[in-house]
Amino acid sequence: MIAINENAAPGSTPAAEQNNYLTCDSGLRSWLFTLDHKRIGVMYLAGILLTFLIGGLIALVIRLELFTPGKAFLSEDRYNELFTLHGAIMTFLFLIPSIPAALGNFLLPVMLGAKDVAFPRMNLASFYLWVVGAIFFLLALVLGGLDTGWTFYTPYSTTTSSTVIAATIGVFILGFSSIFTGLNFVVTINTMRPPGMTWFKMPLFLWSLYATSIIQLLATPVLGITMILLTAEKMLGIGIFDPALGGDPVLYQHFFWFYSHPAVYIMILPAMGVISELISVFSSKPIFGYRFIAFSSIAIALLGFLVWGHHMFISSDSPLAAVIFSALTFSVSIPSGIKVFNWLATMYKGSIRLTTPMCYALSFILLFGIGGLTGLFLGALATDVHLHDTYFVVAHFHYVMMGGTLIAFLAALHYWWPKMFGRMFNEFWAKVACLVIFVGFNWTFFPQFLLGTRGMPRRYARYEAEFQSLHQVSTVGAMVLGVGLFICAGVLLMSLIRGRRAPSNPWGAATLEWQCSSPPPHHNFEQCPLATDPYDYSELVFEGEDEGFVRRPPDFPKRSNLPEEEPALV
Amino acid sequence: MPLAASSGSLFPKPTSTTAGDVDELFYFILAISVVFFAIIVGAMFVFIVKYRQRDDLEIQPSPDHNNVLEIVWTVIPGLLVGVIFFWGFISYLDMRQAPDNSYEIQVTAKKWSWSFTYPNGHVDNKLHVPIDRPVKLVMSSDDVIHSLYIPAFRLKMDLIPGRYSTTWFEAHTAGDYTLFCAEYCGTQHSTMLAKVVVHPSGEFDTWLDNAANLLKTMTPVEAGEILYTRRGCVQCHSIDGAAKVGPTFLNVFGTQQPLTDGSMVEVDENYIRESILEPQAKIRAGYKPVMPTYQGQLKDEEIAALIAYIKSLSTTNEATP
Ligand code: HEC
Ligand SMILES: [Cu+2]
Ligand SMILES: [Cu+2]
Repeated sequence: MIAINENAAPGSTPAAEQNNYLTCDSGLRSWLFTLDHKRIGVMYLAGILLTFLIGGLIALVIRLELFTPGKAFLSEDRYNELFTLHGAIMTFLFLIPSIPAALGNFLLPVMLGAKDVAFPRMNLASFYLWVVGAIFFLLALVLGGLDTGWTFYTPYSTTTSSTVIAATIGVFILGFSSIFTGLNFVVTINTMRPPGMTWFKMPLFLWSLYATSIIQLLATPVLGITMILLTAEKMLGIGIFDPALGGDPVLYQHFFWFYSHPAVYIMILPAMGVISELISVFSSKPIFGYRFIAFSSIAIALLGFLVWGHHMFISSDSPLAAVIFSALTFSVSIPSGIKVFNWLATMYKGSIRLTTPMCYALSFILLFGIGGLTGLFLGALATDVHLHDTYFVVAHFHYVMMGGTLIAFLAALHYWWPKMFGRMFNEFWAKVACLVIFVGFNWTFFPQFLLGTRGMPRRYARYEAEFQSLHQVSTVGAMVLGVGLFICAGVLLMSLIRGRRAPSNPWGAATLEWQCSSPPPHHNFEQCPLATDPYDYSELVFEGEDEGFVRRPPDFPKRSNLPEEEPALV
Repeated sequence: MPLAASSGSLFPKPTSTTAGDVDELFYFILAISVVFFAIIVGAMFVFIVKYRQRDDLEIQPSPDHNNVLEIVWTVIPGLLVGVIFFWGFISYLDMRQAPDNSYEIQVTAKKWSWSFTYPNGHVDNKLHVPIDRPVKLVMSSDDVIHSLYIPAFRLKMDLIPGRYSTTWFEAHTAGDYTLFCAEYCGTQHSTMLAKVVVHPSGEFDTWLDNAANLLKTMTPVEAGEILYTRRGCVQCHSIDGAAKVGPTFLNVFGTQQPLTDGSMVEVDENYIRESILEPQAKIRAGYKPVMPTYQGQLKDEEIAALIAYIKSLSTTNEATP
């Protein structure tokens, strides 16, 4: 980090192509023992995509079973095990690590112009913890035939199955993997920012990863405490959660949600960070209200710790507690709203390019908008009483988790794919996939809002005939959604074989990762780049030859949409 | 949004005192949501159309922040959610606080059946209630957490082992409604339903008197049949020969059956009585020890009626004179 180069943008020189992080070393060992954050990120990516495939296929099986009110092909016990697996895999194995661990690992050092994260060995350890945790967790679920739902509520979980402790240990190992990643990110961002990158010149994606890391560090230990308490109760017979021993089962729900509600923000904050980057790049305009977006991430991270009680409005806790938690829950909705308005304002008077990542980002705004607005019905006490534990809730959190996090993950994957693998994908088919996913998603989950308001409870293997038509619509939608996701996977995989070579900066973005070649060389940057304004696009011009953006040669006219007198970011 | 278009069938018909208020709040939030969503979609589409990158598009200068705007779009939604919060909490307090003159019914849930105990000691698996009179439910669970959910009344409350929870409602339309279990509780969670019967004015008391006197007006076999459904045996025991969670009652009386410890037992009056009062004493081979005890919950005459009923289901009952 000594030498500083004004124009550290070598472009995709043939030399860089030959010697990038993928080709610099070969053989299985070079991957398994790598300390390169990029390779660890790619391994994470492969891992979480595999778990997403498993969780997704299970979801399709569940939807097929629900095509008929009575038994289609699954016994009640099988059904219960499958929805438990689906929820547990999707939240703990896929959603939580999706953006931070896979993409964050790859991008965070590059976006800082650094060679790696602060603790590369710890980074590798976090990946192996994830692998061990995932295997342990899946074995506990499958061999134990765990059918408790991903929430493991006591006393059902403790009285009916002996593997719930094993599953919690699995979650805890996974939690440790997040703690390692979180710690690494916090230290890296604090100590390794390049010269010129003050806190308020940091790309917003990094802000969101920072906020996420803080949640991971603070919330995950609670999971460990819960696990110790469960074990103590089982081994020593101390009544903590089990009413038969004088414990209180609702206490478990408090512990569980004290971790799991912040975990919701572990899933959504990085997604919001991605969207902030994309909207700005593809509107070719600085992000509107940078500071408000950055502070709203921090506000969400902090307030997110105070709202766990909104999962217990009907658990017979005191009405006073319910009122306080309802108020706090509404307060956390405001910073999310602020972000949406700022994204829209960024598009105003921009120069909007509807590329695939942008299409996903726009679909995120719509779906997350619906997810957020339907949260109002659940935060309000009187309506929550009716809607709690119905399909309304199922639809709501799928809009937030899938319409939000998954769609943002796909946006990010398409956006950074050329950087990660050095290939461009087929824009046409990628957009088709985006559209099919959008349509299929709404087709699947919108009917579930109606099921919920009409009184269909969740986690039902069988249901009353009056709900059948809406369930059938939803099942057909799920198949469409599945097709969309497979097209998307196909397009990305095809790009690896046939895709055109990616230029260094295919999208015209100003953050540092686009200054190194695609894919980046082993050490990311030959010389530490000088951090410039991450949202100032005026210095970039399109270069027809390799269809990418390069820094403006001095004689070229400025491509600015900033008023001259306005400083870029204050 | 299509939600608004089909609003006629958004909810089951509201039939309790608080249901109307819940629906009004729902529509209020819905209206706000639709407006905000329309603004978001509208702005997005206008911007996409107007500012889509093309050659002739002059890039116009625009600011990258504006504090007044930020404050406006923080404060206005803030005020609106404040109203939603306040309305929601006022109605919720009404829903939690039962009026003093309420009619009290005890509710007990266990895997996977409901039982409702009336002030005169009568126990039923349906929730019978008088019309236009506040009914307070005092609830607890025998095993895991369950949740009593009656969509038509917009009513839901968890039943927790080791705690009493209460809730109340006042029904305004006579008829039958469905009661669901809304908290996941295992295998038969999705069929843990019960009927709610709202009796027309004046008929509730008559029903209760007759129901309580079952054994006096019926033969033991008839009463046993009713108890079999009403007390939840039907959840786990079939009468058509199919094995459910527990063994069937068809043609079982008078036969020899294997136990988990390898011995055989003759299914006679004593064994059935023991199975009902101390179900864990002898476990049938091939079944799990999950039957709850009915100690203290069934009177002697009721157990006798159940035995008589099980006996009547057996064509081989000549074997035991
Ligand atoms: C939660 C499910 C469940 C419920 C409810 C239930 N039982 Fe059982 N019952 C079982 C199971 C399982 C067995 C077999 C294991 C055992 O012997 O305990 C059984 C065994 C029996 C037996 C012994 C049958 C035999 O062939 O060996 C009798 C008699 C019996 N139950 C009667 C009743 C009656 C009467 C009721 C209602 C008042 C009832 N049960 C409610 C699950 C249930
Ligand atoms: Cu929550
Ligand atoms: Cu249940």
